Amino acid sequence: MPSKWNLGTIGLKVATTLGFLFIHIPLFIIIMYAFSTDEKTFQFPLPGFTLKWFGVAWERNDIWEAIILSSQVATISTIMAIILGTLACLAVYRSKFFGREVISFLVILPIALPGIVTGISLRSAMSLFGIPFSTWTIVIAHATFCIVTVYNNVLARLRRSSHSMVEASMDLGANPWQTFRFVILPNIATALLAGGMLSFALSFDEVIVTTFTAGQQSTVPIWMLTEFIRPRQRPVTNVVAVFVILVTTLPILAAYYLTKEDEGGKK
Amino acid sequence: MTSTFDKFFTFLFYRKGLAIFLLLAPLLIWLGVVYLGSLFTLLIQSFFSIDSFSGVIKREFTLESYYDLFRQSTNWDIIIRTTTMAFTVTIVSAIIAFPIAYYMAMYAGPKLKPILYLGVMLPLWSSYLVKVYSWKLIMAKEGILTWILNELGLLHVLDVILSIPVIGGTSLSFSYIGMFLVFVYIWLPYMILPIQASLERIPKSLLEASSDLGGGPSQTFRKVILPLAFPGVVAGSIFTFSLTLGDYIIPTIIGNSSYFIGMAVYTHQGTAGNIPLAAAFSVIPIIIMMVYLMIAKRLGAFDAL
Repeated sequence: MPSKWNLGTIGLKVATTLGFLFIHIPLFIIIMYAFSTDEKTFQFPLPGFTLKWFGVAWERNDIWEAIILSSQVATISTIMAIILGTLACLAVYRSKFFGREVISFLVILPIALPGIVTGISLRSAMSLFGIPFSTWTIVIAHATFCIVTVYNNVLARLRRSSHSMVEASMDLGANPWQTFRFVILPNIATALLAGGMLSFALSFDEVIVTTFTAGQQSTVPIWMLTEFIRPRQRPVTNVVAVFVILVTTLPILAAYYLTKEDEGGKK
Repeated sequence: MTSTFDKFFTFLFYRKGLAIFLLLAPLLIWLGVVYLGSLFTLLIQSFFSIDSFSGVIKREFTLESYYDLFRQSTNWDIIIRTTTMAFTVTIVSAIIAFPIAYYMAMYAGPKLKPILYLGVMLPLWSSYLVKVYSWKLIMAKEGILTWILNELGLLHVLDVILSIPVIGGTSLSFSYIGMFLVFVYIWLPYMILPIQASLERIPKSLLEASSDLGGGPSQTFRKVILPLAFPGVVAGSIFTFSLTLGDYIIPTIIGNSSYFIGMAVYTHQGTAGNIPLAAAFSVIPIIIMMVYLMIAKRLGAFDAL
């Protein structure tokens, strides 16, 4: 190992510090602007601090509608992702003959290909088969790319838990259902929860695929996008932005702590 | 009730093949029908055409959309512009990410490491749209960046940079430089994590062996660390490249409104209602990504994912 205090090390420290400032400061700036009294511009330094915009945002029906729609979509997509992802994991983790690679590739494809491709594909299929836009078309799209977070989390956990527990349970006379319910499920519970939370955050924040599958409805990100392009009340947008930061950050933090023992919580 | 349930599970337990089939079926049906099916219809629609008078889509095989796509030089401009941006963003992200990942993997102690890891994870997962928006605030003419540069007396430097032809513009948020900055900012964590992971995996004994054999720090770095970390860089580049290629939000919000592939796809399918052309357009990033993934596989990136 190189020695602790030479020019290179200092350079590395500086580069790392600058890099971290670069990726964190913009998020703090958004939070700061939500308290600005300035209504029309993005003036800096802020002319004053106020909590007024939180009240204004609270009164706005369109924001509530977007939040409700986003929550519904994220909840249903997460449940679907959990069911589909977990079942597949149970099949895949002990079997070698089946192409695990194929499943992993299939699961990762919706997020590996550019979002625009996933979006336009689903849109073109919907238009070809005459499927009308609804909450369900958004859910179908979101569940498709949410599966990967549940799948990866649960599979990682299953791989790490030893199979001898399952064998012991069977030896002691438990039937397969009891083994699943009392041995496997408690074992993967936190991984399931973590995967579910990441999936919720992912769905709550997704914008590109949603624009193609949402029709006239707006989720929170769609609402925000509309506001960026045609602003009505800028400070209200800042308040919603702070809300979105919270809704997406908290599940990620929780997921991190729930899967910490799994090699530092891979996504 | 419970006993039938138990019996069903026990029945399945002794029929491994059937059990595995039943467990996998929902996922395979979902991804196979909904996702691959949609990709397939996209491909099919790209071979349809649109009647220029009635705007009705003709469901007959034709190469008209591809012909339309490649005939116009503006479409070539869009493809070249997007790909160039994706390459530049990827290379610069790798240059910025490497020292950070290196520090995280090689120097950070057991207390600092999880903090740094979380420090990269959080921005990676936190709201994409909010992050883009925050740069809109930062780069606005009356915004924070102008203020900082003014305080430092460096405002004229910004003016010089913005007066550079092609990449400059009226202000940062209406220029390619601004757009480039935001792309790098948004995708940087996607580059840091795979590089860090590949650096973590280098056995420490290799570094000791290198120094035992007389290799200096820089030699060890060039001959041992860099080649072993390279697959991680390629793995990270898959994300930065693919995400830039398909993004249409950043070019819509930031930049001088010149088209990128994503925006072209969006406009053709939305306002113009020309799904065949939009489909043909989106086949371009798929092909570019397939070529990219093949090269990445050769370079061993998949082992580093």
